[in-house]
Amino acid sequence: MIKEIVIKAEGLTKRFGDFIAVNKISFNVEKGEIFGFLGANGAGKTTAMRMLCGLSIPSSGKAAVAGFDVYKQTENIKQNIGYMSQKFSLYEDLTVKENIRFYAGIYGMGRASAKEKMNNLLVQLKMSNEENNLVKSLPLGWKQKLAFSVAILHQPKIVFLDEPTGGVDPVTRREFWNLIYDAAEKGITVFVTTHYMDEAEYCNRVSIMVDGVIEALDTPSNLKKNYKAASMDEVFLQLARGAKRSSD
Amino acid sequence: MKKLLVILEKEFRQVFRNPSIYRMVLIMPVIQLLVFPFAANYEVKNVKLSIVDHDHSSYSQKFISKISGSGYFKLTSYQPSYMQAMKSIESGAADLIIEIPKGFEKDLVKNNAASMLIAVNAVNGVQANLGGAYAASIIRDFNAGIRANWIQPPAFNAQPAIEVTSSNWYNPTMDYKIFMVPAILVTLLTMIGSIMAALNIVHEKEIGTIEQINVSPISKLQFILGKLIPFWILGLVTLTLGLLVSWLVYGIVPVGSLGLIYVFGMVFLFTLLGVGLLISTFAETQTQATFVSFFVIMLFMLLGGLYTPIESMPGWAKLITKVNPVAYFIEVIRMIILKGSGFADVKVQFFSVLALGVFFNAWAVFNYRKRS
Repeated sequence: MIKEIVIKAEGLTKRFGDFIAVNKISFNVEKGEIFGFLGANGAGKTTAMRMLCGLSIPSSGKAAVAGFDVYKQTENIKQNIGYMSQKFSLYEDLTVKENIRFYAGIYGMGRASAKEKMNNLLVQLKMSNEENNLVKSLPLGWKQKLAFSVAILHQPKIVFLDEPTGGVDPVTRREFWNLIYDAAEKGITVFVTTHYMDEAEYCNRVSIMVDGVIEALDTPSNLKKNYKAASMDEVFLQLARGAKRSSD
Repeated sequence: MKKLLVILEKEFRQVFRNPSIYRMVLIMPVIQLLVFPFAANYEVKNVKLSIVDHDHSSYSQKFISKISGSGYFKLTSYQPSYMQAMKSIESGAADLIIEIPKGFEKDLVKNNAASMLIAVNAVNGVQANLGGAYAASIIRDFNAGIRANWIQPPAFNAQPAIEVTSSNWYNPTMDYKIFMVPAILVTLLTMIGSIMAALNIVHEKEIGTIEQINVSPISKLQFILGKLIPFWILGLVTLTLGLLVSWLVYGIVPVGSLGLIYVFGMVFLFTLLGVGLLISTFAETQTQATFVSFFVIMLFMLLGGLYTPIESMPGWAKLITKVNPVAYFIEVIRMIILKGSGFADVKVQFFSVLALGVFFNAWAVFNYRKRS
């Protein structure tokens, strides 16, 4: 069975003046895959992700997301992706319900279907009692789970997660990853950046970026075999040690 | 359209959940309208007067009682010499010195002429000018009074005189407040238009939610309209409140049409919101946006004819007022409220503000980037 390719990048590059943030990266991501995007701070992960989401115009190279070109068809891309940025992206001064309704509305969901989705989601997250509370009153872990659920509410083909579990406790992280697995099972492709190497083990395939370049790309088990490492942590350290860019 | 409604619902919820918005839209304008018109007053009163009387005659006494009874001057000291009177000006105890020379009465009676010296502290030019002019006119009046007592009027008027009578139109009591209140109302709308929407958008940049919007299928026009409409409505609420305060507190009832004031107000707010929007597309933080907004507001107000008449500005400044929506609205609101001007009288201003509004908003929409 030939897998459908949902993200295709070829020599994708982003320059800011003399600085090359992302240097000719090429990779494919298949439908339903959990694709880990690893790298030290400043390696260029967020910039690469922003180009794929249509937030940043590439300097050169080619890329297609959900079959749409990142230069010309960004509005089509936007209808087909979900995005969760590093910064918390829900409105703290709106309630849980109002946030869900807002994001459902801007993706063109009708009131009735939004309501049904919302109720299912609140049950799944065990947050039915919180629906009328302001988001700012929720604990961070809950906020992150809610933000993820909102990002996939409109059933995008791909969801981009930029360090979604930063600052979250291990138990909640585990729960968060269960949500990611659920999404992948439903056929949503997950593109995730992370700093946690245990999370890298959960991914189907992992790419490791160093100084704007993809140094390695394979399944976690193959990577460990090739680098003769016991854990992803060691793989990462071997690759990232050579980095010249100082972390930010 | 449906998406716009979703956005508007969210914006209104956030606006009404933010207590500082009530303060800015409801309380601040009322306080400003109650305080400013009394303070921003050009009538010169209570000029501190110091008198140096070398004559000590009955005429000099009469003159002093006339000038201190005029209501414009407050006699603060008698000084024995001009030098000492100068010291009281230096220390701030006096603004104006009148020196009556020795032999004032004698000269007046014998020679039919006498002199007198007025010295004015001209640090505050307006006060000096008006104070000096008042003093001179009181002296003239005093002079005419004595003459009338002395000279028997001839049977025929030997010298025909032109008598000038002036009548004050539109503001017959020359009440400064009636002139200022409508203009202050304009400054309130200026603040709301140019700061609030700008801060709101920059706030979304700061907390990062704008990324989430940019990655969604919302168009930039929908996003911008979602930000403009709530503040446009709030601005009209402020305008209504301001007109109510000026009626209840100052008894100002527009002579012209209330509808015209609103139509102009709507276009004016559209323009100022465009200015704010433009600022927000350049600013990354609320601090930046606030400073730039303040700079623009100051420029608009100082070159807007609020405090100083545009007619007396130099040519280059007059040119700037041609692209200043605040100048147009201040002029027009005074015309409508005081004179009762109709649309035909203000149509040049109307279309100028409209054109500026289209310009600023188009620039802002063009400059707003969903991508970098």
